Amino acid sequence: MVLELQKPRPIWQIMFSTHHTDVGLLYLIMSLGFLFLGGTLALAIRAELFLPGAQIITDSMTFNRIFTVHGTTLIFLFILPFASAVGNYYVPIMVRYKDMAYPKLNAIAFWMIPPSGALIWLGFADFTWYATPPYSVISAPGPAADMWIFGLKILGISSVLGAINFIVTILKCKHPDMSIGQVPLLAWSFLSSSLIILVAIPTFAAALLMLLTDRLGVSGFFNPAMGGDPIAYAHLFWFTFHPEVYVLVIPAIGMMYEIIPRFSRKPIYSYNSGIFAFVLLSIVGFSSWAHHMFATGMSFTEKTVFMIGTLAAVPASAMHVFNFIATMWNGRIKFSTPMMWSVGGIALFFGAGAGGVVNSAMPLDFSTHDTYWVVGHFHLFVMGTIAFGSIGFLYYMFPYVTGRMYNEAMGKVHFFLSFIGTILVFFTQHVLGLYGMPRRVFDYPPIPEWIAMNQIATIGAMIIGVSMAVFLYNIIYSSGKGELANTDDPFGLGGKYYFPFEAKNPSH
Amino acid sequence: MRGLIGKMGGHSNWPEWIYVGIVIALMTWVGAEAWEAERLVEHVPEDAETIIVTGQQWFWTFEHEDGTVEMNDLHVEVGKAYKFEIVATDVIHSFNIHDYVVLMDAVPGRVNTVWFAPDAPGVHDIQCREYCGLIHYNMRGTLYVEEPSS
Repeated sequence: MVLELQKPRPIWQIMFSTHHTDVGLLYLIMSLGFLFLGGTLALAIRAELFLPGAQIITDSMTFNRIFTVHGTTLIFLFILPFASAVGNYYVPIMVRYKDMAYPKLNAIAFWMIPPSGALIWLGFADFTWYATPPYSVISAPGPAADMWIFGLKILGISSVLGAINFIVTILKCKHPDMSIGQVPLLAWSFLSSSLIILVAIPTFAAALLMLLTDRLGVSGFFNPAMGGDPIAYAHLFWFTFHPEVYVLVIPAIGMMYEIIPRFSRKPIYSYNSGIFAFVLLSIVGFSSWAHHMFATGMSFTEKTVFMIGTLAAVPASAMHVFNFIATMWNGRIKFSTPMMWSVGGIALFFGAGAGGVVNSAMPLDFSTHDTYWVVGHFHLFVMGTIAFGSIGFLYYMFPYVTGRMYNEAMGKVHFFLSFIGTILVFFTQHVLGLYGMPRRVFDYPPIPEWIAMNQIATIGAMIIGVSMAVFLYNIIYSSGKGELANTDDPFGLGGKYYFPFEAKNPSH
Repeated sequence: MRGLIGKMGGHSNWPEWIYVGIVIALMTWVGAEAWEAERLVEHVPEDAETIIVTGQQWFWTFEHEDGTVEMNDLHVEVGKAYKFEIVATDVIHSFNIHDYVVLMDAVPGRVNTVWFAPDAPGVHDIQCREYCGLIHYNMRGTLYVEEPSS
């Protein structure tokens, strides 16, 4: 791998570079920046909900804007770019090619993200990350809403360009000696998620355009006053964004496939079942979108079809969990920080999946839909599984990127605090949902159970906040002053599972 | 990396197939139970009284069969079945009586129905469960379940 920070270069050399590790570094730094920005908004939300009534946020409009930008930021500006960072660093090396297939396109795809991040943050829209019409058409204040629409539009194009690049790199640029059945699972995860992006994103891109022209008043696709149907938007949105859930989670699982065999010092239990589960998940992921819409007045038959489609995704996810556990079984496991994050992520993935089965069972969904149960459920995925996998992988990449080791003790403190915090926040929110507290509320009636559970969740969020401060200090301090890493075998695993190839970086 | 993968062929995968079989069996059971329960829940009784529920930013209006109109408060009687016909005038809301697991979106341009039969006198919260803007958090009402008057 390439050491980025050991031989300092002027910043413009990295910024205007098209080399895959430089673009990867840009993705990495930007996504971490947005992680901390979005996380700060989460802390503001939790602080506000500590007690009923207004605490630190004085009006509900500000609160609505905060949770909208929180969700948009962490999904589109942290999770997706972080996956792209990992893909940029590892995919070309794993398929033994000198760079991404289209280096300039790669840099363009990256540079589309900062402007869209600026549009989302400077606009600060209030219509939730789901931008549901007719609210978003007739009621949401502009220009924030329009800026959000343009921001997402640009992000969608960037995702599609990135996906094309990954697909071509993996399928066409892999070393001729290497068959597709020898490409590592991390690269397979990028192939699967990129294919999902190509199929899913255009639908939402179309919906965004229709939403924009509806807002301008020249069309009425989703505006019932002009003969449109808001439920059509829901279908278009979820046709993109249910598969998008797999776009987010599959690379994180790929990262775990990279870490778990190495730190168990054993080969992966079944490489083929890993590929099979990735491919199955990418296909089945398209058959479940309307399970988000059971309460919109769907017919019994529609609900049944989408319930079956949703349940069909469970065996594929369960195969990954099985594969991880079977790999660790009887391994000489070394619980360094990356391994802890991966194993913690798998545990929470199991919890999230079990909760998802409850949501998909039709009668139970009417109890959990749009309550804090759902908030807890998907945060167990995005935070518990995806962010845990990603942060574990960041620790794993750290010595390769900086040439220095992070502080192991601080990394473990970060993990334990985050793990405890995540359980406190999101398991509690499941129960809170069963008590009926709706999502996206600025204030709630002083029901004693609601207050108690909100306070537990807020305390958990503050614990995560502390852990992230430790994390920030650790990565900043260690990248400048940390111990020099032994880049042949930074984690002391015996070395034989590491990549034997160096990336060829013309700037070095 | 190729060495790592090269070691993988050959071993038997039967524990994984048994495990996948168990997961599929479990999911089939969950699906069948859910299908059966939902089929019963969706069946509206013949004698259900209709209440028209209108959601608008940010309050609920209830219109009974006899023409009585209530705002945010809803009075019903124990032992009767009620069918809600849910409409909205501006944006999407979601009509929710959590204690009776009544939940249905109020979508402008559509009439959605859901029914319930209160089984004991009491007071329950009515709330909006779909984000509808500024006062969404306080779009609340109260359900009064009373003994039959006659």
